[in-house]
Amino acid sequence: MSDSSGGASFTASHVLEYDYRRSVGPVLGRFFTALREKRLVGIRAADGRVLVPPAEADPNTGAALDEFVDVGPGGSVASWAWVHQPRPVHPLDRPFAYALVRLDGADTGLLHLVDAGEEARMSTGMRVTPRWRAERSGAIGDIECFVPEDAK
Amino acid sequence: MSAETEPVKAIVTPTRLEYEFTAAGTHADFLARIAEGKLLGSRCSECGMVYVPARGSCPRCGVAIEERCDVSDKGTVTTYCVVRVPSENIDLKLPYVCAHILLDGANIPFFALIQECEAEDVRIGMRVEAVWAPKEEWGATFENIRYFRPSGEKDVPVEQLGDWV
Amino acid sequence: MRNVGIISFAQSRYVRHEAKRSEVEMLLPVVTEAVQASGIPKREIGFTCSGSSDYIAGQAFAFVGAVDALGAWPPIAESHVEADGAWALYEAWVKIQCGQADSALAFAFGRASMGSIADTLRMQLDPYTLQPLGIDSVSMAALQARALLDSGKASERDMAEVAVRSRRDAKDNPDAQLKGDFEVDKILAEPTLVSPLRRHDCPPISDGAAAVVIASEEKIRELGVPAVWIRGIDDRIEPHQPGVRDLTLSPSTKLAAERAGGDVASLDVAELHAPFTSQELILREALGLGDGVRVNPSGGALASNPIMAAGLARIGEACRQIWSGRARRALAHATQGHCLQHNMVCLLEGE
Repeated sequence: MSDSSGGASFTASHVLEYDYRRSVGPVLGRFFTALREKRLVGIRAADGRVLVPPAEADPNTGAALDEFVDVGPGGSVASWAWVHQPRPVHPLDRPFAYALVRLDGADTGLLHLVDAGEEARMSTGMRVTPRWRAERSGAIGDIECFVPEDAK
Repeated sequence: MSAETEPVKAIVTPTRLEYEFTAAGTHADFLARIAEGKLLGSRCSECGMVYVPARGSCPRCGVAIEERCDVSDKGTVTTYCVVRVPSENIDLKLPYVCAHILLDGANIPFFALIQECEAEDVRIGMRVEAVWAPKEEWGATFENIRYFRPSGEKDVPVEQLGDWV
Repeated sequence: MRNVGIISFAQSRYVRHEAKRSEVEMLLPVVTEAVQASGIPKREIGFTCSGSSDYIAGQAFAFVGAVDALGAWPPIAESHVEADGAWALYEAWVKIQCGQADSALAFAFGRASMGSIADTLRMQLDPYTLQPLGIDSVSMAALQARALLDSGKASERDMAEVAVRSRRDAKDNPDAQLKGDFEVDKILAEPTLVSPLRRHDCPPISDGAAAVVIASEEKIRELGVPAVWIRGIDDRIEPHQPGVRDLTLSPSTKLAAERAGGDVASLDVAELHAPFTSQELILREALGLGDGVRVNPSGGALASNPIMAAGLARIGEACRQIWSGRARRALAHATQGHCLQHNMVCLLEGE
């Protein structure tokens, strides 16, 4: 059955593209509003840990959370992955790291980028600080990326 | 930064995914044949149904279909829809009519646009024929057929359309 | 609890790019083979469930097209999960437990080669804080691998050994895609792709389908076919944000195994759904697998990684070990989400 086509095949490019406008609610709303003001906030969980990004509900108990805590702006890299060959989908067009950044005052890692220049500059535990965008809209991208603290 | 002090209520999240679709098997056979100005169907050896566009398996029997056959580009309207609502990507004068057309030789209707008549003239049982693009514009695409128009033949009585209405 | 057994399994010869057949044409022979091997006439299968992802096909409701491979006339009882076929199997198992069916077909399929699968999988991530960063599935897995290396629990050499063993064992599997003899030192000399992951630490891109038929004990006795009994099946999920989890552990896998009634000491084989070498090491530790358990004799997801079918294929490959007499008790594992967020464990036993 399958070979009766004589091997003909056709290819066509297809782009699936859409924007969604998503309401953020009060917890993420507070996080994004702070980002627009160049501030970072986390939320206190039932066991006292400070979660960043803030969660609407406690990951262990499911209880609603509402105690916001200022965190950062600097932090340390808890884990990282060096992207040698960025593709158009990546936010930077030069090699960079994705990293989990444990901001000062937070107990969990915030996923973001680190623009360290070269892989040798990256290490678990290194200190990083945010590079803010000049134009901010209240979104995770208001931080363009993190950079090594001593590079600033 | 704007002077806005309103808390953030929403964010816009763009999504973009790129694909390179490969039309293979009977999909490719259909496209290769329409490039030659013909509509390819496939006939199930178990139940005898002819499907158009050709498909590699019979949805009723769940078996592979080997036999191919051309079906006519003339057919009968089995149902239709008059569209009065504008749509972003559709550049047609309103109202327009799209229809299920049972092509001669096929057992399932083919979905297509009807033009060259008033919307209120379209009816179940109406005979229609394909209007093709100029031959020099043909490619491996449904777009070779611009639309269907009334053929002028006598209507097929609704009772004769049986299960397809 | 009704005893439910797996009575047949079929899968594609996985390939990098299925260029000659549509999804339905690729799926039809696999479903046909599984149903014929079960001994149950197609029209008597009580329930059908599929696992697939519309994002892989790039079309909304793409999964509906697969019904063409089923011969759904007269109408059949059918369901779909936007998930790996292992979860389709789970739904089918629940259907039999509820007494709503005595037999079921669970299948999965996908042509991941048509898109950029590492980017498509980003759609599984939180759209507010994670997706906008453009992170792909390989980079996510690399974050987990780095955490594992930093913890001292495993080395890059350990990861390379998983890669070498998997592709070597795949040589004995006619359906496996990526197979051959590689050398640990040569792999370690290669540059990293997204560090610390090298090309060999990552799965291939695979197109293909897998299908399994299950039935109740009464039905199986009636058929008189050799069954692989599902002694336990359970799945658990962890929080979504990677920064909240200890990525070097898999507590959901451990808990799922316990809840499934796992007695790891008596296992002969474990088929673990670990598309990345680092993940196999994490899963082995979570399950407490000793050296006496053969891991992924099929080659695992490092040999063939048909997205949406790879988990179901682990269950099927474990069954093949039992049917061929190479094992009596096996554990099959399936995962979803990034960095082993969601895990299912299935405990299997021969007659």
